[in-house]
Amino acid sequence: MRFINFINKLDKRWIYLVLALCIIIPFLFPIGFPMKTTAPVKSIYDFIEDSIPEGGVVLIGADYDPSTMAELHPMAKVIATHALSNNLRVLFVTLYPQGAGMAQDVIENVLREWNNSNPDNQKELGKDITLLAYVPGVSAVVLKMGEDIIETFNEDGYGNKLSDLEVMKEIKNYNDIDLMVELAGSAVVLTWLIYANGRYGLNVGIGTTAVSAAEYYSYLQSKQAIGMLGGLKGAAEYENLLSKKGVYWGRKDATVGMDAQSSAHIFFIILIVLGNIAYFVSKKQKGGR
Amino acid sequence: MALSSNFWIWIAAILTLAIYSFLYKDNPFYKFAEYLLVGISIGYGISVYWHNTIITKVFNPLVYDKNFLVLIPLLLGLLMFSRFFKNVAYLSRIPIAFVVGAGTGLSVPSSFEFLFKQVYATMPTKLDIGIIIIVIGVISTLIYFFFSLEHKGFVGRVSRVGITFIMVAFGAAFGYTIMARVSLFIGRIQFLLSDWLGIIK
Repeated sequence: MRFINFINKLDKRWIYLVLALCIIIPFLFPIGFPMKTTAPVKSIYDFIEDSIPEGGVVLIGADYDPSTMAELHPMAKVIATHALSNNLRVLFVTLYPQGAGMAQDVIENVLREWNNSNPDNQKELGKDITLLAYVPGVSAVVLKMGEDIIETFNEDGYGNKLSDLEVMKEIKNYNDIDLMVELAGSAVVLTWLIYANGRYGLNVGIGTTAVSAAEYYSYLQSKQAIGMLGGLKGAAEYENLLSKKGVYWGRKDATVGMDAQSSAHIFFIILIVLGNIAYFVSKKQKGGR
Repeated sequence: MALSSNFWIWIAAILTLAIYSFLYKDNPFYKFAEYLLVGISIGYGISVYWHNTIITKVFNPLVYDKNFLVLIPLLLGLLMFSRFFKNVAYLSRIPIAFVVGAGTGLSVPSSFEFLFKQVYATMPTKLDIGIIIIVIGVISTLIYFFFSLEHKGFVGRVSRVGITFIMVAFGAAFGYTIMARVSLFIGRIQFLLSDWLGIIK
């Protein structure tokens, strides 16, 4: 009974402290929990690997901000790197003002790591990759892109005229885009599924925060989305696929966090079990009185 | 261990610690970091809107391309501000009506098509255990939310199956939520240990 009372009266700050230790210790002493690749992640990887011809175009939607950067930034890096490794062109697009900064950071990082590791196959901003300028309107922007992408944005995110950029060569509308991967923790994913996939038949992949992942499984089953990266684990799985292919050189932001993630989950399972035991024992005690 | 010499990494690290100090108790450092985040986010948003909307979509076409058609959306946009003046506030209904009308017109057909694809995906096109579970789940959950019949007898039993499916969905969503929140914390710890303190690569 003393243990049950201890659980019931435990200051939650001790829980925060133990949780912090559960996360910090695996970074210092990696455990190496096993991790297997799930079908929705493999599906996006395989699509980029096998279904897009050289010179094809991958559109990446960076509709997130620093609050979900930990989960979605690694996804943007791996998909952009994978596309570049297959000599595909990469266009970033954002429907939210904060997404522009996120996309620019990814482009800068990916280009730096790629060019440092591939001196014989340098990639250039404006030739292989760019960010389309932010334009307000969300669904109106997605619909207008189906008619004319250059007319929708006019400029890239760096102030250059899109019509002058080599990366935009022979790109008119969604017919010239091979795959769109939307990275967001909000309902903007649905905008792409409803308008770009529904009306124009664009192949859409989803990269989303773990909070939203459960919600989007139904779109995989209905084949409205070709695949999904759910949370940090989805990004870690993709990093491993790229490492096996030998085309990922940067820090594996998602993979290094998976030991910490597993440790935290074990801690949460223990807390849930203890909490339930304490709840039912306390309830029985009160009922007995 | 190679402590960062980048001034901005130090600022980010100090602000991260200021935010997490709230876990101990509310304090001025947390408040400062919170207000700073809100202020900078709004400031950043306004600057992006200013450049990418006012300058790129209105000023440049009007001044350099002499495209006077942009005056129409500009006027509609300006009418939104009429809400601040009581005697002409009714004028704001014009752009609102335009946005609602155009938005509804655009979304209704696509949304129906989108929904039909979801409905079609629940059709049992082949005998598969997964499809059977989906069909049972969809029907029983819909019956749980059907309030025109009293939930007793057969309907009551089916709706109890429905609530079981709903609870499983909640459980999956809760598990993913924990994963998401932990991921955000991992991102910050990784930043502190790697970019700031240089303890890990």
